[in-house]
Amino acid sequence: MFTFKHAIFVASVCMVSMGGALLAETPNRGKPIDEAAIAPWDISILPDGTGLPKGSGTPEQGAPIFAEKCSGCHGENGKGGEANALISDRELIGISAAQKTIKNFWPYSTTVFDFIRRAMPFQMPHSLNDDEVYALTAYILAGNKLIGPNDAMDAQTLPKVKMPYRDNFILRFPDRI
Amino acid sequence: MTKNRDMRGEGLEPAAGNGLIDRRALLGRGMLIAGAMGTGLGGSSASAGAEPLTEEPWSLEFGDRTPPYQVPSKFEAKVVRTLSNPKHELRNSHSRTPHHLLEGTTTPNGLHFTINHGGIPAIDPDKHKLVIHGLVKRPLEFSVETLSRYPMISRTTFVECGGNSAPMFSPEPLQETVQALHGLASCAEWTGVKLSTLLEETGVDPRAKWLIAEGADSPRLSRSVPMKKALDDAMVVLYQNGERLMPGNGYPMRLLLPGYEGNMNVKFLRRLKLVEQPAFSMYESRTYAPILPNGKAYRFYFLQEVKSFITFPSHGHVLKEPGLYEISGIAYSGTGRIEKVMVSADGGQSWAQAALQEPVLSKAFTRFRLPWRWNGGPATLQSRAWDESGEVQPTRAEFIVARGELAKPPPVLGFNNQHYNSITSWGVGSNGEVKHVYV
Repeated sequence: MFTFKHAIFVASVCMVSMGGALLAETPNRGKPIDEAAIAPWDISILPDGTGLPKGSGTPEQGAPIFAEKCSGCHGENGKGGEANALISDRELIGISAAQKTIKNFWPYSTTVFDFIRRAMPFQMPHSLNDDEVYALTAYILAGNKLIGPNDAMDAQTLPKVKMPYRDNFILRFPDRI
Repeated sequence: MTKNRDMRGEGLEPAAGNGLIDRRALLGRGMLIAGAMGTGLGGSSASAGAEPLTEEPWSLEFGDRTPPYQVPSKFEAKVVRTLSNPKHELRNSHSRTPHHLLEGTTTPNGLHFTINHGGIPAIDPDKHKLVIHGLVKRPLEFSVETLSRYPMISRTTFVECGGNSAPMFSPEPLQETVQALHGLASCAEWTGVKLSTLLEETGVDPRAKWLIAEGADSPRLSRSVPMKKALDDAMVVLYQNGERLMPGNGYPMRLLLPGYEGNMNVKFLRRLKLVEQPAFSMYESRTYAPILPNGKAYRFYFLQEVKSFITFPSHGHVLKEPGLYEISGIAYSGTGRIEKVMVSADGGQSWAQAALQEPVLSKAFTRFRLPWRWNGGPATLQSRAWDESGEVQPTRAEFIVARGELAKPPPVLGFNNQHYNSITSWGVGSNGEVKHVYV
């Protein structure tokens, strides 16, 4: 006897066989949304620069922004205060995470832009525009002598900045990726 | 038979040195141990006899009103989480689970550990959205209400911060409770929707190797998760021990990656973007990349590896008199079920197998127990766990060779390295005080 259950089963087998769509197996309650509608939330940046926005900034432009909005926690010229030093010549000695700095540890320069844009300043996150974030990124990278004092950072130049510690990481569980 | 009736426990089968008793004395013989642990027939230290019984005021009056949401007795006011940032300054906040004051394997919701980097967002669940996009066939948006229409599963699993137990990297044992040392791990029953179900609806572009998970908190905490894990046992959870997620644990929804580093279990989850390469967010680039003694560093240390620690007796407890006690603790592993826990009372010279309390669940807290007769002399208590995948909790000496130790004692609230899982040792003195020691 051909029952309603059979009909559902046959329908789902057909859908699976039609290009692997498994829609019949789920409640299908997700609301379709296009990438343009997601764009206001999409702040993901990859180390190759994918996702970096338009705009640019120089160390010189970053200096007054840093003094006004960052130095309260990170200290004058980023030398450290209640929050971590951002500009430092400290070397990585021993296993203490307290030794880590942007210069001696962070593998990708894009992370500097990404973290400022998503989280800083702590008391007023998402208040900086992209030019200001580029300028602060440039200010920090130049202070660490990772770029020249007049180098502008933008979507093309930032991913090219070579971070010194990048090749020192060991993938802990390669078979889980 | 006579030795089994010895209520002082003196005739019980020794299992290892310095008073450890065979775990089978526990199984099905609870009365024996209970009797032996009480004032005890024939116990030499027992007082002459109990006073005549009297009535207390609470038994003579109509009791308190029933609240809509009940909280623990006022006499349990000390059973609370310890806070790293009680003044709510503009920095991250940790709260630690008081393992030494709890029993069983379920962490009550109010005592589940939390770390929040930008405070706890006050999210209106009716306005919260989760979007899945990037390398998918069709991006989709879900609300709390629509997710509630999906088939749910419940999964009991621990969540542990990658920085839990970091004070153990100290070259000297810090005199701190198990709460301060290991309180950034908790275990709950989580209920929600399998992430693979949602990814079936969006469809997955075969180029996708990672997804970037992001929260709705003000720092938009974000972590890269391998698609392998996302399609395995990852969940989007809505409930914690039967009720909606606690605000500090990710209300109204969080990512759950059983066995993986706590920070990856992104709370206040609002966006999952499928990508070809990891984002190298700040937390995966810097914070949870442990420095090694050779000057290199580990990257993507996903797993919380097999660990155990004794919660009773532990630092802060005082044993008032010699006699029979039950050693009790917690074991767990990010790579499966706990297979075996061994306990030592002589600093690792001899070991006895502890009883594991059922159910023993994969990637969940497992309670272990072992009877121990303290003779009033010095003792060093340790536990060591094995899991079903063959992973073994390392000794501290083994661990330090591979991972190093700090040059000087760190602040107990610091995270000066990550992913510590070796043995914890408690030294019981002749005065009954329990100290943290290294062997």
